[in-house]
Amino acid sequence: MYDFAYQKPASIADAAKLLADPEAKALAGGMTLIPVLKQRLNKPATVVDLSKLGLAGITVSGGMVAIGAMTTHVTVARSAEVKKAIPALASLAANIGDRAVRYRGTIGGSLANNDPTADYPAAVLALGATIKTNRRSIDADSYFQGMFATALEPGEIITAVEFPVPEKAAYVKFPNPASRYAMVGVFVAKGPKGVRVAVTGAGQNGVHRHTAFEQALTKSWSAAALDGIATPSAGLNSDIHGSAEYRAHLVGVMAKRAVAAAG
Amino acid sequence: MAPPFEGIGASVRRKEDLRFISGHGHYTDDINRPGQVYAYFRRSDRPHAKIVSIDTKEAAAAPGVLAIYTAADLAAIGGLPCGWQIHNKDGSPMAEPKHPVLAEGRVRHVGDPIAVVIAETKQQAKDAAELLAIDFEDLPGVATVTDAVKPGAPQVHDGVANNVCYDWHIGDKAAVDAAFARAAHKVRLDLTNNRLIPNAMEPRAAIGEYDAATGDYTLYTTTQNPHVIRLLMCAFVLQLPEHKVRVVAPDVGGGFGSKIYHYAEEAVVTWAAAKLHRPIKWTAERSESFMSDAHGRDHVTTGELALDKDGKFIGLRVHTYANMGAYLSTFATAVPTYLSATLLAGTYTTPAIYGEVTAVFTNTVPVDAYRGAGRPETAYLIERLVDCAARETGIDRVEIRRRNFIPRSAFPYQTPVALQYDSGDYVATLDVAMKKADWAGFPARRAAAAAKGRLRGIGMSTYIEACGVAPSAVAGALGARAGLYEVANIRFNPTGSVTVFTGTHSHGQGHETTLAQLVTEQLGVPLAQVEVVHGDTAKIPFGMGTYGSRSLAVGGSAMVKAMDKIIAKGKKIAAHLLEADVRDIEFKDGKFTVAGTDKSKTIGEIAFTAYVPHNYPHEELEPGLEETAFYDPKNFTFPGGCHICEVEIDRDTGVVHVVNFTAVDDVGRVVNPMIVEGQVQGGVAQGIGQALLENAAYDASGQLVSGSFMDYTMPRADDLPSFHVATENTMCTHNPLGSKGCGEVGAIGSPPAVINAVVDALRDYGVRHVDMPATPAKIWSIMHAAAPKMAAE
Ligand SMILES: Cc1cc2nc3c(=O)[nH]c(=O)nc-3n(C[C@H](O)[C@H](O)[C@H](O)COP(=O)(O)OP(=O)(O)OC[C@H]3O[C@@H](n4cnc5c(N)ncnc54)[C@H](O)[C@@H]3O)c2cc1C
Repeated sequence: MYDFAYQKPASIADAAKLLADPEAKALAGGMTLIPVLKQRLNKPATVVDLSKLGLAGITVSGGMVAIGAMTTHVTVARSAEVKKAIPALASLAANIGDRAVRYRGTIGGSLANNDPTADYPAAVLALGATIKTNRRSIDADSYFQGMFATALEPGEIITAVEFPVPEKAAYVKFPNPASRYAMVGVFVAKGPKGVRVAVTGAGQNGVHRHTAFEQALTKSWSAAALDGIATPSAGLNSDIHGSAEYRAHLVGVMAKRAVAAAG
Repeated sequence: MAPPFEGIGASVRRKEDLRFISGHGHYTDDINRPGQVYAYFRRSDRPHAKIVSIDTKEAAAAPGVLAIYTAADLAAIGGLPCGWQIHNKDGSPMAEPKHPVLAEGRVRHVGDPIAVVIAETKQQAKDAAELLAIDFEDLPGVATVTDAVKPGAPQVHDGVANNVCYDWHIGDKAAVDAAFARAAHKVRLDLTNNRLIPNAMEPRAAIGEYDAATGDYTLYTTTQNPHVIRLLMCAFVLQLPEHKVRVVAPDVGGGFGSKIYHYAEEAVVTWAAAKLHRPIKWTAERSESFMSDAHGRDHVTTGELALDKDGKFIGLRVHTYANMGAYLSTFATAVPTYLSATLLAGTYTTPAIYGEVTAVFTNTVPVDAYRGAGRPETAYLIERLVDCAARETGIDRVEIRRRNFIPRSAFPYQTPVALQYDSGDYVATLDVAMKKADWAGFPARRAAAAAKGRLRGIGMSTYIEACGVAPSAVAGALGARAGLYEVANIRFNPTGSVTVFTGTHSHGQGHETTLAQLVTEQLGVPLAQVEVVHGDTAKIPFGMGTYGSRSLAVGGSAMVKAMDKIIAKGKKIAAHLLEADVRDIEFKDGKFTVAGTDKSKTIGEIAFTAYVPHNYPHEELEPGLEETAFYDPKNFTFPGGCHICEVEIDRDTGVVHVVNFTAVDDVGRVVNPMIVEGQVQGGVAQGIGQALLENAAYDASGQLVSGSFMDYTMPRADDLPSFHVATENTMCTHNPLGSKGCGEVGAIGSPPAVINAVVDALRDYGVRHVDMPATPAKIWSIMHAAAPKMAAE
């Protein structure tokens, strides 16, 4: 770790001012940022801790679940309201990383980072959620822009994520045996925005929608509807844990399991 | 109230656990010496390159930097020694290229240390190390043994032709050729024993210290054998007088072999401490551990088994390419040869055996002994071959084992590959294991799984291993450059408590409890009154440390011998006090009694008398009650047993779930059944890790691809079921305890049982073999490739 200055502002305005410096970096749960700093892969002049901005918390109203950016995974996993409104989201959060990670890691950090194998991006994209920042609202379809790339502008702070409550939804993940991030994760949802299927982990460009599955499920919401629809392996990752062909196959298996789980 | 039974056979709780689980262990990195500074090693990030130049100017000027050393500064220092010399088939010695402490002109693996920066803080050392300007000229690299022996392959060392370190053999080639010529069946299997990274919980660390007033050195280090490190470092590397060097191995958080060896960092911090007159600490970061701790396994083997028409094994021929990595680590050369090929008989009566080993240099981290060291490789080969033979001859896999077992009546059994097994009962461990695993009920479980769409398989291994290393004369004749006896000093204190000084070292195994139980058993001293001291050359006698499951069988035997001497002396003191003839004194349950009378003295009273010798036979006896014994084993010990694994495979994903695991081992006399069970459980977890999860992956040029836990799959608790662990013991016949050793059996017996189960589960797919680790992706591609064929049928 290189030396850096540490700031813990008490207002979003102050945080934004600090983050206007291109050498500054926001700190949420630190589960990604701290290892990156320890490995000296990043050298921020200032680390801006977002934990005093009042960004943690969950509210459910009017068919919308709003989750503050600093809400930890464990809070989402245990929230009775989330469990009731979008059980798939609670169970997704409950299976992120390990217990220590779930106590520290936040939804805002996960989405800002947009790791191509992270779980939350699949929920956000499939549920058609909206990312709220200190400057604007960004819809899911325009938010994710490839691996580790998002629509966030420099210094922009995610404040909350709003999920429309779906009729049915489920997420099934095939964990990478070593890291337990998603090797393939598929989130299926049927809701106000129609049938949406998002795939994380598999693609070289991170989370993406699976239009062939969406069309089939729109016609008939059943696992059997996905029979015979091959997922092309082009553009999928291939590494020591599995080939692109294997990942393509898993996309189908996870999607069917998700549809079955969603009921 | 009778005191609780704490002797041999009691599952007493581990004395050391309170400090370990409450965070009060005292590890090397917990030690801080006055004036301490920090070392950081700049390592190669490339597999193979020429070092054109190293410019230290900018780094040397960085804040806090005290010194920067490269190979040029270490010209007077020797290379890291290899402790076992192997000879080629033609009798010539192996190639033994220098293993420099810091890279000399060339880096040969990712992680090879090039320079060390010593600074006031760790941070400053690391900052400065980044400022070292090193100009490299990349050379082509090679990672696998198969690539390294190809004509035209990159050459790792000048003067080592074709990268071959040695080309060794054992056994009777002509007899094996004859057996194959008359065989009714021949079975051949090519397999890889995957490379593993040990990943002890505590990373390696070392602190070197020098006292300018006395000229004494102290090295605190994470080692399994402090005296061996002192000897190797003083005699071969630094040319220091041994009596001026103290090596301390305090609490050590796991070793699994990786902390046996003498590493560069130990020598550098010791040497530099005297240059700078400051204590110097180095602690590995986890990423450094991945690329600098000796790795394990990495064998590529072809095995051929010849059988007669009745399924009796009549000949075995084996060739192994063993990856040594870039340099020879301390015991690397012994692993594929004397620790592996000498066990090719397995538990079977195969009369003719021929084994060849080609050891090969590659641009990878040095490979050395890792939990099991050579025996897992052989057990895996033999037990996989036997399963293939069963399938290809149509003989049931249990039956073929029974037909070929060395019968209980045949012990001591001389194998065709040097070793003589002293005891064992392979039918007994097999029968007990099959019963515990409900082998007979498997078809019903398989059918039930099939009904749910899952593939279920069962597999076993009936393995043997050799441990309790080692009879020194035998080891010496085979090339060992060290003795392998063990030593214990038993010291009574005047008030009756006992301090045991052992040459073995505990790094998680529970010796502080197990060894104390020996004292309770033999001398009748309550466990709470016994303290086991280990890990400090200034305290303990010159012992050889802990590896090869030797601490009880060899170190415990030394204790028994020392306690025999205590009793013999105690009898003389008792005879004096009780005014009886020494021949009439009996010792039992901590009491010396005049036979046939109620006249007695407790051992505590005798100890007190020995130290306060007012009424004492001074003419014939020295005061004090303290004895030392060295014990050199007469033979190896031969634990063995039967492991049975049951798996279910998810057809859709290829995931293998271990649903049942039974281990029934013969470990000889068991001192603490709970600790034995824990050792077996841990070993089995590592064995399942090897079989299903772990793999040190390099790309073809030698880049380490699985360099962190993000890519290297360590087994986690939820990967494993609860194991059924039991022992079914025959006694070792040549040591006074009858103990064989239990530290490695789990890791030796389990991998073949797992893979045999996986292959069994896939039997409808026409699969004959699956290389480890049997990852989901690998299983899926096997099923995927077979699917069209199956559909066509
Ligand atoms: C061992 C381990 C296992 C894990 N397993 C999984 C897994 O299985 N699945 C999974 O999805 N994730 C996994 N993670 C990731 C983890 O769950 C977190 O989601 C992730 O680390 C980021 O969240 P954080 O709060 O820790 O963010 P930080 O590490 O603090 O920040 C990450 C990045 O986001 C930026 N940032 C943070 N908050 C904001 C904000 N509000 N606005 C703008 N930018 C912001 C930071 O500047 C930084 O660049 C794992 C992590 C670890 C360490």
